[in-house]
Amino acid sequence: MSEATTTMAAREWPQALSKVPYWVFQDAEVYRAEQQNIFHGPFWSYLCLEAELGEPGDYCATFIGEQPVLVTRDFDGEIYAFENRCAHRGSLIAMDHYGHAKDFTCVYHAWTYNLQGDLTGVAFEEGINGKGGMGSDFCKRAHSPRRLRLANVHGLIFGSLDNDVPDIEDYLGQEILDRIERVLGGRKPVVLGRFTQNLPNNWKLYIENVKDSYHASILHLFFTTFGLNKLNQKGGIVVSESGAHHVSWSAINREAESGEHYKDQKIRSDSEYQLEDPSLVDSFSEVGDDITLQILSVYPGFVLQQIQNSIAVRQVLPTGVDTTDLHWTYLGFEEDTEEQQLVRMKQSNLVGPAGYVSMEDGAIGGFVQRGIAGASGEFATVQMGGQEAVSSESRVTEASIRGFWKVYREAMGFSIEESK
Amino acid sequence: MDAFTLISRAQGSYVRSIDDGPIEDWPEHFADDAFYKVTTADNHRRGLPAGVIWANNKAMLKDRISALKEANIYEPHSYRHLLGQPAILEESEDGATSETSFLVVRITGNGPTDVFASGRYLDEHVFVDGTALLKRRVVVCDSTRTDTLLVLPL
Ligand code: FES
Ligand SMILES: [Fe+2]
Repeated sequence: MSEATTTMAAREWPQALSKVPYWVFQDAEVYRAEQQNIFHGPFWSYLCLEAELGEPGDYCATFIGEQPVLVTRDFDGEIYAFENRCAHRGSLIAMDHYGHAKDFTCVYHAWTYNLQGDLTGVAFEEGINGKGGMGSDFCKRAHSPRRLRLANVHGLIFGSLDNDVPDIEDYLGQEILDRIERVLGGRKPVVLGRFTQNLPNNWKLYIENVKDSYHASILHLFFTTFGLNKLNQKGGIVVSESGAHHVSWSAINREAESGEHYKDQKIRSDSEYQLEDPSLVDSFSEVGDDITLQILSVYPGFVLQQIQNSIAVRQVLPTGVDTTDLHWTYLGFEEDTEEQQLVRMKQSNLVGPAGYVSMEDGAIGGFVQRGIAGASGEFATVQMGGQEAVSSESRVTEASIRGFWKVYREAMGFSIEESK
Repeated sequence: MDAFTLISRAQGSYVRSIDDGPIEDWPEHFADDAFYKVTTADNHRRGLPAGVIWANNKAMLKDRISALKEANIYEPHSYRHLLGQPAILEESEDGATSETSFLVVRITGNGPTDVFASGRYLDEHVFVDGTALLKRRVVVCDSTRTDTLLVLPL
């Protein structure tokens, strides 16, 4: 048992999945234990897109939690990932978020690594004129940065720092795999833009927000204000078997649409405000089905988003107890027509740091973080839709949030309170 | 008036509409078919087309303003823009292209004055009836990061 696990076992977590203690968003010791138990633990973290490593030598410097990692494509065509930390005295091996290199030379003392992360050269290894240098017992092979386990899911590259992580197929489960395939399967994504949002809150408050389908029509009033809601949508929530991952979706309801009253009900015509350019919401069927919204999360910190034709991946990276980096990568696809790309550009206004239906999410975590100051002994209530963490046809539920906490509290090793 | 004066006058009025209001005047600094985008230096360098705000006509800019007034929810805040002198890159009777650096500080709620954004405006202006209107403004922010959210335009 790691030291982090032992200290966490001294903490009591409520038995009911519907109670979340506020200290979990506030405590520096918990934050440090998360780095060990979650981000270095047996879970898969999103690293980058395969499409971002198109050519041999392309690399991406990213993070799992706070741990810097380097993802590369070598000349054998394969993708590799290893800790971005020089085996000598710990400097970053590469700094550019996205770059291209034949190999990596640490700037501090010029130790050199190949694209697979093997230490290949040590400057002045033999010393100068027979003096100085490494001792004869020094073996380069024993000093390579730690390699990650990698998985490629329809072009999404996931990595894990723990060799005991289950296979990605078992980790995600068939329903989640199918929903990823629905958006990315057989298509080659093209990056349209990358934006980073600094969130003034603990990372888990953003994860709760992503999994919270209950807030969407209440906090985000853009569609309602401008009368753009379709009243007769169907949808639901999928919670993966473990509780870890989720999908929230909605679709055009063809049956209701063919009904007599549909024409009158299609658009809320009573809205006071109109868009001057309503072409913002003109969309095409993304993959040939009726699904217009699909938000998918993979534990601990990955989101795949389809909001109409706005496709993006989001990577959630904790940077402190009450600060989080949210990395957005907006996507199109190679086969997009010019018209389709234009639709994606217009709809990029819906999401991101200035998004019509997402900007509130950048601030709401901060409102909670500030609201719970002084309440570390109190609890959040997550009982909308019951006590379980299971799929449902209603999106007025907090089931997927309960699923997150179920997996989280176990991974952290808290003691679960005896039921009364 | 020469291009420098026309552009300087327009920019003074532009930042005043955002910082001191009325914010409804902001879209009036653009031509009807104007293009406006807020992006980052990194995206710009790589030629990536998306923006955090992306508009290809003035109506979309007006929608930005009605959304922030009527629909979006956020903590009240204000900006103060500090603009450098416009560097005029090309000019003719009918218009000019220019680049102008900016620094924007933000004051949220009763919080402090925080540096929110720095960068440059890449502009195409048309001169209409003695005023410079923006035909194209690409706001290139130096940093890839946006703190919390971007509501008011830059
Ligand atoms: S720290 Fe990298 S070579 Fe010394
Ligand atoms: Fe939201």
